Amino acid sequence: MRDFAELLDRLVFTPRRSIKLRLIGDYFARVPDPDRGWALAALTGGLTFPGAKPAMIRALIEERCDPVLFRWSYDYVGDLAETAALLWPERRGANREPGLAEVVETLQEAGRTEVPTLLAGWLDALDPTGRWALLKLITGGLRVGVSERLAKTALASFGGQDAGAIEELWHGLRPPYDDLFAWLEGRAPQPEVAEAALFRPLMLAHPLEEAEVDALPLGEFLAEWKWDGIRAQLVAHKGECRLFSRTGEDIGPAFPDLLQNIGFDAVLDGELLVAREGAPAPFNELQTRLGRKAPTAKLQRSHPAHLRLYDLLIDAGEDLRHLTFSERRARLEAWYARHRPALMDLSELVVVENHAELKRLRREARTSGVEGLMLKRAASPYLAGRPKGHWYKFKRDALTVDAVLMYAQRGHGRRSSLFSDYTFGAWTEEGTLVPIGKAYSGFTDSELKRLDKWVRDHTVDRFGPVRAVEPGLVLEVAFDAVQPSSRHKSGIALRFPRIARIRWDKPAGEADPLERLRAMIA
Amino acid sequence: MSREAHPENWLQVTPRGLYCRPGDFFIDPHRPVERAVVTHGHADHARPGNAAVIATPQTLAIMQARYGERAGAVLHPLAYHQRLSLGPVTVRLVPAGHVLGSAQVVIEWGGWRVVVSGDYKRQPDPTCAAFEVVPCDVFVTEATFALPVFRHPPADEEVRRLLHSVDLFPERTHLVGAYSLGKAQRLLALLRHAGWDRPVYLHGALEPLCQLYEEQGVDLGPLRSATRAEADLAGDIVVAPPSALADRWLRRFADPLTAMASGWMRVRQRARQRGAELPLVISDHADWDELTQTLREVGAPEVWVTHGSEEALIHWARGEGMRARALSLIGRGEEEQDALP
Repeated sequence: MRDFAELLDRLVFTPRRSIKLRLIGDYFARVPDPDRGWALAALTGGLTFPGAKPAMIRALIEERCDPVLFRWSYDYVGDLAETAALLWPERRGANREPGLAEVVETLQEAGRTEVPTLLAGWLDALDPTGRWALLKLITGGLRVGVSERLAKTALASFGGQDAGAIEELWHGLRPPYDDLFAWLEGRAPQPEVAEAALFRPLMLAHPLEEAEVDALPLGEFLAEWKWDGIRAQLVAHKGECRLFSRTGEDIGPAFPDLLQNIGFDAVLDGELLVAREGAPAPFNELQTRLGRKAPTAKLQRSHPAHLRLYDLLIDAGEDLRHLTFSERRARLEAWYARHRPALMDLSELVVVENHAELKRLRREARTSGVEGLMLKRAASPYLAGRPKGHWYKFKRDALTVDAVLMYAQRGHGRRSSLFSDYTFGAWTEEGTLVPIGKAYSGFTDSELKRLDKWVRDHTVDRFGPVRAVEPGLVLEVAFDAVQPSSRHKSGIALRFPRIARIRWDKPAGEADPLERLRAMIA
Repeated sequence: MSREAHPENWLQVTPRGLYCRPGDFFIDPHRPVERAVVTHGHADHARPGNAAVIATPQTLAIMQARYGERAGAVLHPLAYHQRLSLGPVTVRLVPAGHVLGSAQVVIEWGGWRVVVSGDYKRQPDPTCAAFEVVPCDVFVTEATFALPVFRHPPADEEVRRLLHSVDLFPERTHLVGAYSLGKAQRLLALLRHAGWDRPVYLHGALEPLCQLYEEQGVDLGPLRSATRAEADLAGDIVVAPPSALADRWLRRFADPLTAMASGWMRVRQRARQRGAELPLVISDHADWDELTQTLREVGAPEVWVTHGSEEALIHWARGEGMRARALSLIGRGEEEQDALP
């Protein structure tokens, strides 16, 4: 645990990517299996411990600490895991210090009721940094500034391999990855990933701004609609069929309708939608489906799943990813004509003659029920990740609303001393404010400081970490769409809300009415 | 031991500082006075311009190094444990373990014994005499780190982390921010103890006090001027005052990695605000456990708490059955704050 704790501690304070890579690489080189494999799993977000919850940690520390001193300490530190780690009464030597593998493997076996006792025993044995790392590990979200991709890049350079090679194997391997490390250290051949219905890493697009469009040589690109669903990969291999989200999460069980009667061996890239007779339904209907792990037959009938195909990666065992997009497109069209699978269709290519037309199509996107356009370089192979210069997404403009700040909450990690999470509302006809959404982003660090000060100066009530403020600050909030929602008092939910501008100048009374948002429902 | 002679009647906070009336002297006054007893050389305790100064010989040497003629008109060295009568009051100085020459002031009058701790710590420190417990009736304690989240790890463990980082990044200069009196010298001694025998490079502001420590018999190993160094000092360790870490001065070094040695580094959020890439939790102040241990050991039924998080320590002391109150002294903690904006 000690090495893992030290690694996390260094990563938290290291701003530079190249240095983070070195720190992770050094850890892999120093620490034996299986600890380093579990660390890799933790850094790539592959570990969850459903039995460990923040409330449990709080209960454990409150049993051991004067409540007044706990409260003052928590106020000072601003982060529960760190407060608990620092406050935990030292009992060094009480128990043996646990290793990372021991912690992970024990927790995976343990029943929910055993977790508090196990945890308390380990916390007794560890030093403060070890306790902090343990609590971060089990509550998920390490927040040490390392993405899954960065961890894999560090792994690739540790083993002198290409990151793509690791990506390709990744979804066929399981923690603690002993076979992967053996290969990277030259002690064993590349692990055999069983021929199975595996996720293949997706190719992603870079956003394109209006101003950048004119510089793009349109003749080298093919255009498609960007459909308003979620990216998905369908894998069919020897009768086994799976559906993966963009990140490789298996979402197949929620879409049995799509996966039944598959009569082919292929890996397909497409947009998952709810559609009726080929007409996509608004995004919130898909959300209803995504929310049910095991949908009823009735829901499958009322909200039928649909896959709109973008690309063909593997056809009957033949890997097409090295082919150009135009070549793959031709193969996809031929494949589709041959199989005509139910609940699937092709995402049509859009003919775009010139830049002006491209911009017009994008402006009209909102009325045609699409999110915008995709531009894919005709000569590009299918590359994992977000490579530069190949694919672009040209999204429709965001909608905006002037809303009134109602509540603010302390952030996490770097923002734990700042009120950085904002709930904002719109005016009802009765002249009261009703919350319509929450946003955490869209402002600079200096704006954040000013917002934080505004919150502190205008607090009217406190509920734990949340401050209620007087209705005096208008936030211009950008969002992608308005959806009806029965879960919210306002009756609506905003999609991807973020703060576009802070209207320090605008009186709260002039902010938008709820009615205006209701009229925007997609 | 009469009630009228209770220290709250003769040891009081005044605009110029804590004043002992029967002995007619101030302890660590923050404005010039006729007679001052000074606990240690940090600028928020030892100020220039007093007429007479009573302190340990080491503290007086530090004040002379910092203030020259302004250290005081008459300097009266008082070795540890030596008794001095000031009127009817007896005063002696006892090691506080904070920095070289740091002392607690033991004041006896009317059957009462008051100990003013100044700043102190209980962790071992090779550069100064260790804190001694003096049982007393009233203990006046500092409270810089008086929250239970502050628990300083062993300092040699922190130095080991520094050396591991030097191993890992040999092409970078490790630049450690450490306060110029006490922390810098302790860090150097700890590095030597951990086996680092190469020269350590110093910011100019640290040179006089390091020299003074050496003259006082504290061996700090080979030291060089960082400013005059010809190479970019890749793989070397440079010690500088914290204020220099954000300075153009550090651009001369090889991709400097900034470390910061301070008790405030315990809380990650604080350490991040400070911008340190390698926070080292090394403190010359008592942490929570040391504070509470000390309060128990001196056995004083009454505790006065000065600068820091007074309320938490007062809450704890009352829970232990002690009488406890805050003693608001002006101008304390500023030296630490210089180090940490």
